[in-house]
Amino acid sequence: MNNSEYLKQERAAAWRDDLRKAKKNKERTSLARVKMPEAPPIERARSYVEVNSGLTPEQAINEASRCIDCANPTCISGCPVEINIPKFVKNIERGEFLEAAKVLKETNALPAVCGRVCPQEKQCEASCFYQLKLNTEPVAIGYLERFAADFEQQSGKISIPEVAPSNGIKVAVIGSGPAGLAFAGDMAKLGYDVVILEALHEIGGVLKYGIPEFRLPNSIVDVEIESLRKMGVKFETNFIVGKTATIDDLREEGFKGFFVGSGAGLPRFMNIPGENLVGVLSSNEYLTRINLMGASSQGMDTPVVRGKKVAVIGGGNTAMDSVRTALRLGAEKVSIIYRRSLEEMPARVEEVKHAQEEGVEFLTLNNPVEYIGDDKGKVKQIRVQRMELGEPDSSGRRSPVAVDGSEYIIDADTVVVSVGVSPNPILPQSLPQLKVSRWGTIEVDPDTLQSSIPDIFAGGDIVRGGATVILAMGDGRKAAASMHQYLTNQTKK
Amino acid sequence: MNKVISKHYYSENVVSLEIEAPRIAKARRAGHFVMVRVGNTGERIPLTISTANVERGTITLVVQKVGVSSRKITELEVGDEVTDLVGPLGQATHVENFGTILACGGGVGVAPLLPIVEELKKAGNKVISVIAARSKDLIILEDQIRQHSDEVIVMTDDGSYGKKGLITEGMEEVINREKIDQAVIIGPGIMMKFAALTTKKHNIPSIASLNTIMVDGTGMCGACRVTVGGKTRFVCVDGPEFDAHEVDFDEMLMRLSGYREDEIKADEQYLCVSKNKGKA
Ligand SMILES: Cc1cc2nc3c(=O)[nH]c(=O)nc-3n(C[C@H](O)[C@H](O)[C@H](O)COP(=O)(O)OP(=O)(O)OC[C@H]3O[C@@H](n4cnc5c(N)ncnc54)[C@H](O)[C@@H]3O)c2cc1C
Ligand SMILES: Cc1cc2nc3c(=O)[nH]c(=O)nc-3n(C[C@H](O)[C@H](O)[C@H](O)COP(=O)(O)OP(=O)(O)OC[C@H]3O[C@@H](n4cnc5c(N)ncnc54)[C@H](O)[C@@H]3O)c2cc1C
Ligand code: SF4
Ligand code: SF4
Ligand code: FES
Repeated sequence: MNNSEYLKQERAAAWRDDLRKAKKNKERTSLARVKMPEAPPIERARSYVEVNSGLTPEQAINEASRCIDCANPTCISGCPVEINIPKFVKNIERGEFLEAAKVLKETNALPAVCGRVCPQEKQCEASCFYQLKLNTEPVAIGYLERFAADFEQQSGKISIPEVAPSNGIKVAVIGSGPAGLAFAGDMAKLGYDVVILEALHEIGGVLKYGIPEFRLPNSIVDVEIESLRKMGVKFETNFIVGKTATIDDLREEGFKGFFVGSGAGLPRFMNIPGENLVGVLSSNEYLTRINLMGASSQGMDTPVVRGKKVAVIGGGNTAMDSVRTALRLGAEKVSIIYRRSLEEMPARVEEVKHAQEEGVEFLTLNNPVEYIGDDKGKVKQIRVQRMELGEPDSSGRRSPVAVDGSEYIIDADTVVVSVGVSPNPILPQSLPQLKVSRWGTIEVDPDTLQSSIPDIFAGGDIVRGGATVILAMGDGRKAAASMHQYLTNQTKK
Repeated sequence: MNKVISKHYYSENVVSLEIEAPRIAKARRAGHFVMVRVGNTGERIPLTISTANVERGTITLVVQKVGVSSRKITELEVGDEVTDLVGPLGQATHVENFGTILACGGGVGVAPLLPIVEELKKAGNKVISVIAARSKDLIILEDQIRQHSDEVIVMTDDGSYGKKGLITEGMEEVINREKIDQAVIIGPGIMMKFAALTTKKHNIPSIASLNTIMVDGTGMCGACRVTVGGKTRFVCVDGPEFDAHEVDFDEMLMRLSGYREDEIKADEQYLCVSKNKGKA
C-alpha cells in the first residue's frame, strides 16, 4: 500500500466520516483561528516564563474543528516528516488527545518540540487548504501539535514505542541534537544497541544550549530524552568523537554503524574592525553561558555580561533569541541590526512579533561596519551603515547594497554577533578520508544519507549547514532506515 | 568516573591532582588540555594535561587557585569525583629535533610546560629551561623539569630563591651565551608578551601556549578568540600554541580582563558562603 492509499484508508475510518458529517464545511470555515494565550509582554520580557502558555482543551477542540479533513490534505506535503496531520487534528476534535499524540509520534519523535519551534508559516500551515485556497489564516497545526504532545506529557501516560527484541548490533550516534535523538529512537525500535556520544555535559544539542527557556523549556526536552532512555538508548556525555576516541577506536569496541549529527556549532564573525573588543560576543557564547551554564541564575559560577544597551546583529532565530535574552537580563535598550528588511528575516514570524511586542527596536536595512572601544578595550559604540535592497540574488532574496555616505554611530555596551554558523569540524578533521564540501558540510548520498565511508551516515546541520529542528529529525529517521538496510545486508553477506 | 586518585600540594595555592580518565590518558599528547567542571553550579575551565599514565588510566592536572572555579578544583580530595571532564582538546605540540630549546615557564605555566619539555627532550633536543615566579613558594615542578632538561635556571622576582630578576633576564643570559634554535613560552599573558619580545629581538622562532577565557573548549562559542598574524583564531581548536611573535598579546590581555569584576565578586561570595558553612 502506498502512502496516499494509506491516507485514504485512514480517512475512510467510520469515526472520521462521522466527524465530517457532524458539521458543515461552511460552519468550519467561518470559525476564526484561535489566538495562542501568551504571557503579557511587560511581564514576560523580564522573566523566563514560557511566552506561549498553550491552548486549553476547549480552544484546541474548537481549532481542530476548523480543519475540514481534506480529501487531498496538502498540509502533509508541507511537513518535512509528513505527519498525518488531519488524523491527529481530528483526534483532537473528538477529544482523543492521547490518540492524537500517538499519531504524531508515528513520524515525529519530538512533537512537543516541533509544535513550539517549527517555522509552521513556511511548512505545514503554508500548505493548508485555508491558506492555499481560501487565502485566510490556516489551521493552527503547530499549536495543536504542541497541545496534544503537552497533554500526553502532563498525563503521565506517555506511550513508549515498542522496541523489537535486541539484535545485539551496536551503533553509535555522534551528537545529541534533534538529528541524533530521532535516529536513536528509530534504531532502538528496530532492536539495535544504541549509544549516543555527546561532547557537552548536557543532552539535547541546540535544544538545550541554544533555544532559550522562554521558548522551549528544558523540561520538555528532558521528557523526550527520558522516553529514549526507557527504550534502552544509552547516553555518554563529555565524549568528543575524534578527540576522546576516534571512529577507529569505536569500531574496535564493536560498533558497526555511525550516525553523525554533530551540528553546525561554529559561530561566524564578520571580520570588521573592533570585533574582538570586550563586550562583543557571538550569540553562541551568549546563549551557551545562559542556557547551558545557567549564568543568569543565582549561585552559578559562570558569569555573563549584563549590558544596558545591547545590539544584536542578524535576523534569524538565534538573533531573536539573543535579543530577547538581553531584555530578560535587564537591558534598558535592545536592538536588532539587520542588513535586509523585515520581510527577508529568516526568523520565525512569531518570534519577530514577540520581540516587537516586548519592545525590541528593529534597525532593518542597517549593517555594522566597525565597533569602537573605550580606553579599556570595551565596546562603547557601533558605526552603522544604511543599506538598500538591490537585485535578487541566487537565493531569490534581494541582496542588500550599502548606501554611500550613510554611516552613523549608535551607542552599545554589548554586541551579540549572530550572523550564522558553520559545521563543527572536529569529527571531519579526525577522518581525512571523509568527503566534505568546501563549506565543511559532510557529503552524503541524498537518498540514503550514507557518507563516503560506508558505515558512516550523517544528517542535520552537519550536512545542511544551519537548518531546522524538523529537517534534522527527518534526516535522523531517514538515516536510521537506510543504516538498518545497510547493516542487514552486511550481516547477510 | 573521573575519580581523584591522588593529590599533592606544591604550595598552598598550587595543587596537583591525579584523576581517573582512561580514554583521555590514552588519547592525549603533549600540549593537550581538558575542560573541567566541578559541581552542578560550576563553570567549565580549561586545564592542561600535565602528565598521563596509560597503564593506570589517569591524567594529572596541576592547578593554581586564582578564582572560584580553580579553587573548587583544588579543594577536591582523594576519592571525590570531578563532575565533568572532557578532552583531550586542542592541537598537540609539534615535536621534532630542533637542536637547542629554550623552555620558559612563568608561575603555573610550568605545569603545561612540563610535558612539552619531556617530549622535546625525548626527541633528542638539548633543553635549557628557565622557570620563574614571584617568590620561592610559587616555583612548582622544579624537580620534574630538571629530570627532562639539560640545564635549569630558576628566577624569582624577589630573589627568595634562584636568581633575582624577571624571566626575561634569565632568558637573555642563555641567549647571549649559546645559539637557541627554538623557544617555548608559557605563563601569564604579560610574561609571555615580554618573553616573546625578547626572543623576537634575537630572531629565535618561538611558540607560546595561550590561556584565554573559554566556555566550551570545542570551537563553539568564540570566547577564546585571539588575533594571530592579523587573523582571528580560536585558541581551543586552532591552539593553544601559536607563533609567539604573531600573537596580539595586548588584545589577549584586554580580553582576559572582560569578566574580572564578576569573577572577583563571585570569589568573594564563594569564600563567604564556605566560611559560613564551616561555622554551621
Ligand atoms: C539559538 C537558536 C535558535 C534556533 N531556533 C530554531 C527554531 O525556532 N526552529 C527551528 O526549526 N530551528 C531552530 N534553530 C536551528 C536548529 O536548532 C538546528 O537546525 C538543529 O538543532 C540542528 O540539529 P542537529 O541535530 O543537526 O545538531 P545540533 O542540535 O547542533 O546538535 C549537535 C550536537 O552534537 C554535539 N557534537 C558536535 N561534535 C561532536 C563530536 N565530535 N562528538 C560528540 N558530540 C559532538 C554538539 O555538542 C551538539 O550537542 C535554532 C538554532 C539556534 C542556535
Ligand atoms: C589552554 C589552557 C590551559 C590552561 N592550563 C592551566 C593549568 O594547567 N593550570 C592552571 O592552573 N591553569 C591553567 N589555565 C588557566 C585556568 O584555566 C584559569 O586559571 C581558570 O580558568 C581561572 O578560573 P577561576 O574561576 O578560578 O578564576 P576566575 O574567577 O575566572 O578568574 C580569577 C582571575 O584570574 C584571571 N583569569 C581568568 N581566566 C584566566 C586564564 N585563562 N588565564 C589566566 N588568568 C585568568 C581573571 O582575569 C581573574 O583576575 C589554562 C588556561 C588555558 C586556556
Ligand atoms: S512537525 Fe513541524 S512542519 Fe510538521 S506538522 Fe508539526 S509543526 Fe508542522
Ligand atoms: S490542509 Fe488544512 S484543512 Fe486540509 S486537512 Fe490539512 S490542516 Fe486540515
Ligand atoms: S572556548 Fe568556545 S570556541 Fe574556544
